[in-house]
Amino acid sequence: MGTAVVTAPQQTRSRKLVKLLRDGDQIAHLVTFLFAASVFLVTVFLVYELWIHSGPSRTKFGFSFLTGKTWDPVAEQFGALPFIYGTVLTSIIALLISVPLGVGAAIFLSELAPPKVSNACTFLVELLAAVPSVIFGLLAIFTLVPIMRRYVEPFLKHTLGFLPQFQGPAYGVGYLSAGLILSIMTFPFIISISREALLSVPREQREAALALGATKWESTWQVVVPYARLGILGSIFLALARALGETMAVTMVIGNDTGIHTSLLSPGYTIAAIIANEFTEATGDVHLSALVELGLVLFALTMVLNAAAQLLIVATTGKGSKQP
Amino acid sequence: MLWITLFASAACVASAAETINAAGATFPAPIYQKWFEDFHKAHPDTQINYQAIGSGGGIRQLVEGTVDFGASDMPMTDDQLSKVTRYKVLHFPTVLGGIVPTYNVPGAASIKFSGDTLAGIYLGNIKKWNDAALKKDNPGLNLPNEDITVVHRSDGSGTSFVFSDYLSKVSPEWKTKVGVNASVNWPVGLGGKGNEGVAGLVKQTPNSIGYVELIYAVQNKMDYGAIKNAAGNFVKADFNTVSEAAAGAAKEMPADFRVSINNAPGKNAYPISTFTWLLIPDKIGDAAKKKSITDFLQWMMTTGQGDAQGLSYAPLPKQVVAKEQKQIALIK
Repeated sequence: MGTAVVTAPQQTRSRKLVKLLRDGDQIAHLVTFLFAASVFLVTVFLVYELWIHSGPSRTKFGFSFLTGKTWDPVAEQFGALPFIYGTVLTSIIALLISVPLGVGAAIFLSELAPPKVSNACTFLVELLAAVPSVIFGLLAIFTLVPIMRRYVEPFLKHTLGFLPQFQGPAYGVGYLSAGLILSIMTFPFIISISREALLSVPREQREAALALGATKWESTWQVVVPYARLGILGSIFLALARALGETMAVTMVIGNDTGIHTSLLSPGYTIAAIIANEFTEATGDVHLSALVELGLVLFALTMVLNAAAQLLIVATTGKGSKQP
Repeated sequence: MLWITLFASAACVASAAETINAAGATFPAPIYQKWFEDFHKAHPDTQINYQAIGSGGGIRQLVEGTVDFGASDMPMTDDQLSKVTRYKVLHFPTVLGGIVPTYNVPGAASIKFSGDTLAGIYLGNIKKWNDAALKKDNPGLNLPNEDITVVHRSDGSGTSFVFSDYLSKVSPEWKTKVGVNASVNWPVGLGGKGNEGVAGLVKQTPNSIGYVELIYAVQNKMDYGAIKNAAGNFVKADFNTVSEAAAGAAKEMPADFRVSINNAPGKNAYPISTFTWLLIPDKIGDAAKKKSITDFLQWMMTTGQGDAQGLSYAPLPKQVVAKEQKQIALIK
């Protein structure tokens, strides 16, 4: 709407039309303001609802809810720590795998690959990003889990078994499998958005680097990638948000165990998974409100990580080349 | 404009019939859908919408008054009933189901479990397949010296409620340590989402054990074990043994039908069985609605029961139907 107003050849039109357009300006201003405000209102409403409905649990457990390790619907004892731990751990595993993979693929597709290959791959990546998560979950149960149990986990135990992270029985389901499936689900986002960011780096930047005697790779790695840093970081945080909130695929492969385990091969639980699992059949008031409070915790966790992301961007901007 | 007219006329058609909203248990949802559809065909002026949102959700919506009646795999607790002040909730058993242990033990096709052994496995006390307790239940069977991988439901479900209720009845240790609920704090094991999640994990993991609904095991042609009943016999679940459990319990059926038929007496009674209930208010203000609901209950207990076996549910025993028909008169 804004561009239409700016590019309209106003000088050739009558005054009346100018006035009308100005009025249109104000209408557009108001309408878009309301749209923007709705985002804010929905967020506030969401927090309000979560806060109200988590009341019984908040008054019963207070801050010990965050540090409690027991989740017992029969005795109505609820603690969120195993779920916070599982959520953060699986997201970290997912990003450790998907960030190098995604950014690397994006660099290849935008900088090095012939346009035909790049376009074909990008199409596939975007297709991958649109696959519903339950499909990934089923794929994981029938394909990933058996492979993990038979080959990957015995191999890890054999080679890295001296670390506590790779001990215990190989079930196939657990933190590691959940992290892996999350990495598969998040890396299309990283590729897709990072590629756009890299493509939008001005030609002159590359040419200047090459003119100064840089090799193709030096120009890519030292000039183009830092220039597109904001976009790449943005893609990573979008991936993180998806990893934190992903429900179906994770609950199908994480093993749904309410303990806290050091070993990545152990079954665990995430916040989103337990809400999805227990919400429909929760009959006790405290149980229900504890699940709602978990939603609040997930919201806070996402906020904290997003804030950290913003800080990181502020901290890194200003160093290196200036951003447009 | 055409669309608006279409929608409007569709709305008119819908509102001409008596629309009744119900919500609740997922386990009996297939037969409920069929019943409500067949009943609508026989009584075109009544349309019953059923949302399979889970037993807990069904009870909640009934308490809040957002549905006309609810459905649940577990009877409402006294605490839940006390929250409903405007009317009393009547429990109407509809069909029966069983819950069976399923396992993946190479070389062992049919395994027998006594209640104690099953509780021991799910408590984590029995860790190996060749444990003395399992050998005692299965003389002559060559059970491997392997760790047992325990699988349970991760989602809250009536199935878990019935299973944990059974373990509480046969094992004092289970009763004090874990207890009974739709989701409990499982001492050991992996959680699978839904029957299919448990079945998938058991199929894939050698030396594992899980539990699923009888219907699911039958439809997917899965192997399942026999369980020792209160009379001391090892019984495999099927429609007859589940119905016999209900008949055994029917003699001591409480007036409000809130009964667990786990570990029921009877020579061939299958010990992990349950009713599933419709939860109906005893005061229905709207006369037309009241007539539709009572008509449906009558129909369900007579014509409707004929659908049960075809959909792999066990039908109600005659004594229970007779008792329920008396309860219909309580709806005012």
